[in-house]
Amino acid sequence: MAAAASRGLSAAAGEAAQLRDVVAPKLSVATIKPRVVAAEYAVRGEIVRRAQLLEDELQAGKRKFPFEKVVWCNIGNPQILGQKPITYFRQVLCLCEYPQLLDHPQIGALFPADVIERARVFLSDIPGGVGAYSDSAGALVLRKQIAAAIERRDGYPASPDEIYLTDGASPAVHYMMEMLMRSGQDAFLVPIPQYPLYSATLTLYGGRLVPYELDEAAGWGLNVDNLQAQLAAAQQQGLCVRGLVVINPGNPTGQCLGADNQAEIVRFCEQHGLVLIADEVYQANIYAADRTFTSFKQMVRQLESSAMLVSLHSTSKGFVGECGRRGGYMEVVNFPPDVHEQILKLASINLCPNVSGQICCTLMMTPPEEGEPSYDLYVQERDAVLGSLARRAATLVEGLNQLEGVSCNAAEGALYAFPRITLPAKAVAAAEALGKPGDWLYCSELLEATGIVVVPGSGFGQAAGSLHFRTTFLPPEEDIEGVVRKLGVFHKAFLERYGGL
Amino acid sequence: MRSCAGSSPTAAAGVTRGHRREQLSNRRGLAPVRSIAGPSFESIDSDDFLSPVTTLERDQVTKLVAQVSEKDGKVLHPDLLNPRLLEAQYAVRGELYLRAEELKKTKEIIYTNVGNPQALGAKPLTFVRQVIALCAAPFLLDDPNTPLLFPADAIERAKKIIASFGTGGVGGYTDSRGNPMIREEVADFIQARDGHRPSTEHIYLTDGASAGVRNVLQSIIRNEADAVLVPIPQYPLYSASIALYGGKLLPYELDEASGWGLDLDALTRTVAAARAEGYSVRALVFINPGNPTGQCLPGEEVARLVEWCAQQRVVLLSDEVYQELVYRKDRPFTSAYKALMESKYAQTAELISFHSVSKGTSGECGLRGGYHVFSNIHPDTVAQFYKLSSIGLCPNTIGQVVVSTLCNPPQPGDPSYELFAKERADELASLSRRAALVSGAFNSLPNMSVVPTEAAMYAFPQVHMPLGALAAAEAAGKKPDVFYCLAMLEEAGICTIPGSGFGQAAGSQHFRTTFLPREEVMEGFVQKFKAFHINFMEKFGPKKKQ
Repeated sequence: MAAAASRGLSAAAGEAAQLRDVVAPKLSVATIKPRVVAAEYAVRGEIVRRAQLLEDELQAGKRKFPFEKVVWCNIGNPQILGQKPITYFRQVLCLCEYPQLLDHPQIGALFPADVIERARVFLSDIPGGVGAYSDSAGALVLRKQIAAAIERRDGYPASPDEIYLTDGASPAVHYMMEMLMRSGQDAFLVPIPQYPLYSATLTLYGGRLVPYELDEAAGWGLNVDNLQAQLAAAQQQGLCVRGLVVINPGNPTGQCLGADNQAEIVRFCEQHGLVLIADEVYQANIYAADRTFTSFKQMVRQLESSAMLVSLHSTSKGFVGECGRRGGYMEVVNFPPDVHEQILKLASINLCPNVSGQICCTLMMTPPEEGEPSYDLYVQERDAVLGSLARRAATLVEGLNQLEGVSCNAAEGALYAFPRITLPAKAVAAAEALGKPGDWLYCSELLEATGIVVVPGSGFGQAAGSLHFRTTFLPPEEDIEGVVRKLGVFHKAFLERYGGL
Repeated sequence: MRSCAGSSPTAAAGVTRGHRREQLSNRRGLAPVRSIAGPSFESIDSDDFLSPVTTLERDQVTKLVAQVSEKDGKVLHPDLLNPRLLEAQYAVRGELYLRAEELKKTKEIIYTNVGNPQALGAKPLTFVRQVIALCAAPFLLDDPNTPLLFPADAIERAKKIIASFGTGGVGGYTDSRGNPMIREEVADFIQARDGHRPSTEHIYLTDGASAGVRNVLQSIIRNEADAVLVPIPQYPLYSASIALYGGKLLPYELDEASGWGLDLDALTRTVAAARAEGYSVRALVFINPGNPTGQCLPGEEVARLVEWCAQQRVVLLSDEVYQELVYRKDRPFTSAYKALMESKYAQTAELISFHSVSKGTSGECGLRGGYHVFSNIHPDTVAQFYKLSSIGLCPNTIGQVVVSTLCNPPQPGDPSYELFAKERADELASLSRRAALVSGAFNSLPNMSVVPTEAAMYAFPQVHMPLGALAAAEAAGKKPDVFYCLAMLEEAGICTIPGSGFGQAAGSQHFRTTFLPREEVMEGFVQKFKAFHINFMEKFGPKKKQ
């Protein structure tokens, strides 16, 4: 380390330094890393910040608003909108967080026997309980349980050595982009529309985003010929495409891929040596009766493929909705062992994912089984949430499709609808005058008029000339009708204000 | 498979510096891909997805086109990963740890390598755990049995915290900066500690302190000409993150002879030399109380450091995660924030202070709670940090609750006060005894010396290696300190970290040990260590004069 000082500057760095200021300038947007400034994260962007301000003012009673509350449809944050946590998960977490309760004589009055047993096993198997750093990949005992659960889900074995627990799913994407993006010539294929985590991390780590469009007319289908064409075009430009992101079920689009389509995607990745990041955090959110979730892990094994796969899961979505816990995992398949070491090193710089979230993630994968005292309540809570989400999705999509100039594909899965909106020419011109896209103007006026917070489609990317917005269908069932009605009233007024379609 | 080697060199040549400038100035976040010819790129929205390429990367681009995407049949060959990742070193779980895991199967190992108190039997603070358990299980709050199991103030506190998270309690994402009420509590805590109160707008809660450190370094470092001053010895989080983000680590040595003190004149010379070489020296990391050195910097020296940073136009990154663990009554912890607020630079000098729930008497490492405070940082830059935090959504809520309980602990008169105060005082006293025990033991032995630990949870003794040992290490292809630590592991079953993982003055050999094993285990540690060390010195012969 000390020797590094005497080594002095390399010639390259010396030359580079001539291009820039030598005395450190004051820390400002102009003097921090351009990639940080360039990164965009629409789910928490300008409209959301404006909504936060309105909510603060509303609560402080500072001025009159045309609405009683801000309705947060911008982000899949279910519990904030009243979804109840799964009791069993919280009971086990409670005991793990305060183990002294296990010794209390009254414990049986408060917790069912299987919860108590589960917590005891966790506490005896995890060294130091929730209060100690675990392995950087997550506590081994938890990874083993998750591997077993994946095997039950897919019918193919999973290895705890290929599982990394993470704080939500986001760190996994950070790790992959950080690891694979060597320079601005390295690129990733990302769907359009996409979840902005991908564009943001690519910008942050200096890679390029090569877009492939999902076909809205075909229910946001993924066409492998299109992937092929985009890959070839990128390669022609000298870009080195390292991987492909597939979000299934889709965010913001809510579609659920068919197994044949998934097989094509796996073969495509294998053929071109691409790392497939399969964002599968909505795997429990499937509403279409004719769709079932097939994991890419299952598909890779079924095809006996050597495709490199990173499969993501999270406690934040599904019927679990434990966003604040920051639990998640990635399963990293068909990677060379020395690259696993590099992933582990990256994880170790953050020490470990939060242990409480690790337990929550394990519980999600290994819920109570039939015959256990907590089973009935668990099933009831799970089915109630999923049933209600399906009804809300249907209500919302139906309501949207009745509006003039709005069309919306059915939400087969996930927590979102992504309606396409056609706006009057005057509205588009008004937006342009503000230097904003038309959907931004629409979403911004929707917020001011109704308190409903949605995200402009431009934050996710959309086909040229088309405009969309993303809304969750997470408001409680009794409110969703109201949201649809307010949207309708606003929409009509908006069209009138800008001279109609 | 098509390799990137086949790409046309004109692709890179076409991306001239001027072209890039234009790209940069035209950027609006998600931006056009029109420059790429392709069937449907044209049809994508007006925004450009191409990431900015700084002028600095021009040469790398040329090299890259000649680079392949496959090696030895592997797309993911380590040679084809981000070279900065390969360079990053992280010693806390290095060779020693892996060997210890191997040996663990057949013999008992005393782990003193990581500051992970609860893994070694430390008990959490009861109040903290009661509150987080109730936050996890809000249905208990209405249960008539709950008051039998929890004290009234823990129940009240949990109710207040759950309400502050809004509907959904700890189950929802929060503001990316953390829960506003808890940030108020942090501001109150700092006011009580320092007599000055930062704005809650400048307080960001994080998953442990590491997440904050990484965000800050990621933003500060633009390219390899940006340098960050890091103490030697240092905590490897800094060297690893700087390597990862492609900056230059500029080492400055702490002076072991003066109790790991700071030499500001030497620092000035280091900075002047680096600037003469063309580096932009952006920031200085200071760890107080020290890791791995265990010193606590006197208040007047903290003040001098703050002034020095202000005069040198260097952002001070003050890692203060060990502030609760101070064992010398005559040398209390002084925060850089307090020193700043009482200096003439109170309104100007740029400071970012870090704290964590992992390293106090509670040692809640696994719950990942922490915060940092911005002082005099440009508001737009603070906004960029907000955005960066939002890309990870939010810090985990349970960690946030732990920050709340530690910054706003039970007060005299509260039902939980006495137990809380006792648990804290007992642990601090015990750590203090253990610190004295290891420092005394190391200083009683030949061929080694240690600056007595004043704070934190580490001792960083120097070992004077005999020539015979140096030769044996060389023959084994190991650094001398690694050789010594591996021998200690094999013979005494003690897992420590070699000094080279933290950096050490040229020619000196150290290791870092925690004194976190419980007191009875530490007694055994001392006996085993003494036997090993004496045996090692006898085996490798006459002492080498250092």
